[in-house]
Amino acid sequence: MPENSIYIARSSALAARALAGEMMVMNAADSTFFTMNEVATVIFQAADGRTPLQEIVRDRVCEQFDVDPQQAQADAEQFVAELSSHGILLVSNRPLTAEAPR
Amino acid sequence: MTLMTEMGQKAFNLGVPIAVHMDVTYRCNERCVHCYLDHDDHGEMTTAEIKDVLDQLAEAGVFFLTFSGGEVFTRRDFFEILEHARRLMFNVKIKTNAVMIHEEEARRLRQLDVDTIQISVYSHRPEVHDAITKLPHSLERTIKSIRFLRQQGLRVTIANVMMTVNSSDHLGVKKLAAELGAHYTLDPTITPMMDGDTSVLSLRIPGEELPEIFHNPDLVGSQEEFCAPPKPPSKEDLEGYSCSAGHSYCYISPYGDVFPCVQFPLPTGNIRQQKFLDIWNFSPQMKEVRSIQAKDLTVCSSCSHVSSCSRCPGLAYMEGSMRGPSTADCEKSFYRTGVPTANMLQQGLSKPRTTAPLIQIRPIAVPA
Repeated sequence: MPENSIYIARSSALAARALAGEMMVMNAADSTFFTMNEVATVIFQAADGRTPLQEIVRDRVCEQFDVDPQQAQADAEQFVAELSSHGILLVSNRPLTAEAPR
Repeated sequence: MTLMTEMGQKAFNLGVPIAVHMDVTYRCNERCVHCYLDHDDHGEMTTAEIKDVLDQLAEAGVFFLTFSGGEVFTRRDFFEILEHARRLMFNVKIKTNAVMIHEEEARRLRQLDVDTIQISVYSHRPEVHDAITKLPHSLERTIKSIRFLRQQGLRVTIANVMMTVNSSDHLGVKKLAAELGAHYTLDPTITPMMDGDTSVLSLRIPGEELPEIFHNPDLVGSQEEFCAPPKPPSKEDLEGYSCSAGHSYCYISPYGDVFPCVQFPLPTGNIRQQKFLDIWNFSPQMKEVRSIQAKDLTVCSSCSHVSSCSRCPGLAYMEGSMRGPSTADCEKSFYRTGVPTANMLQQGLSKPRTTAPLIQIRPIAVPA
């Protein structure tokens, strides 16, 4: 396990489904409904609790989108912090478990 | 436009089935006087079959999934089905009479993060509710269950079907819903039985009594808006479609039959014989339903209500043509606004015809 790794996992209290590249998400706790753009969707789909965020950004985001790696990492961390504050993503420095949306 | 409406429109435009209503059984522990179902089991899908269907629905892009029946909790495997659905991250709504929900079931429903439980309550008076369900103490049990669900913080909607035998009780049910912390909906729709028996239609609220409902702001919200005379249809209105049936929504029966809607008994295929997406994408019946625009409607295209009418293509189909009028909706449009419909004018009627002969959903024969 690399030092300072961040592991992210989707909350089990969510409903989620991809529609034309955008992820629709509804939080069961308060019925908040929102969508994610393609980049955020890639991170959300990869949030399996086992893959470090740094690896998701490097292997998925930077591979699929023409983005600066440092900027992508910073944006991803901000995105993760925001979703975590809403209970959408669980964040830990150790591996977690998560369900897989389609 | 809310974000959810926007995504619904996107699914509609792309032809993605974003919402599916699935009856997992027609068996029931109540025998409601107005129910259109045949409660015998004619070969329901097994647990494995339903799980496979759910896998297919997730792949097809379904987000909103409603489980209904019959009474869903008469299936011993219902929680297993529900767990599978939630693992696939569907937004799940359950329609039930709640009689079989106790503290433990409520706790499990909370753990599984079910979005909403919709429960049928016909009256706040036990003698009226129980006479409709034909199950002694059913109101008492249903209310007890609603309390368990609310204690778990679950969202509950009380669905109040309004008919002749409980027509004076809707305000009592609404008050009961408020006391229980439940949302309230009222529905005056009664449909014939699956075998075509239309005797239950005698329970329908007479059209003449509909204005009292439609002009009650407690039930319909802004009366000015709800009862406004129809606006002349625009080109966009005439190129529009009736509803999401077959476009972004469909119904699956306990036997695996797929229909455009729970109220649209046009067989389009069976999941035991074909993949869901093959039925959804290639069924000639689904394609036909999808092709019908307001301008194609035989009578309604010339009706002043065409842009605001709740015309149900399923009810129209049951009356004889999916392109024809739905008398029940003509009735609603007329009594809502006071403006006669084209269907009425064509027939020279000063008020809508009431009981229309309808057929209902029948299982498709599946080879053994």
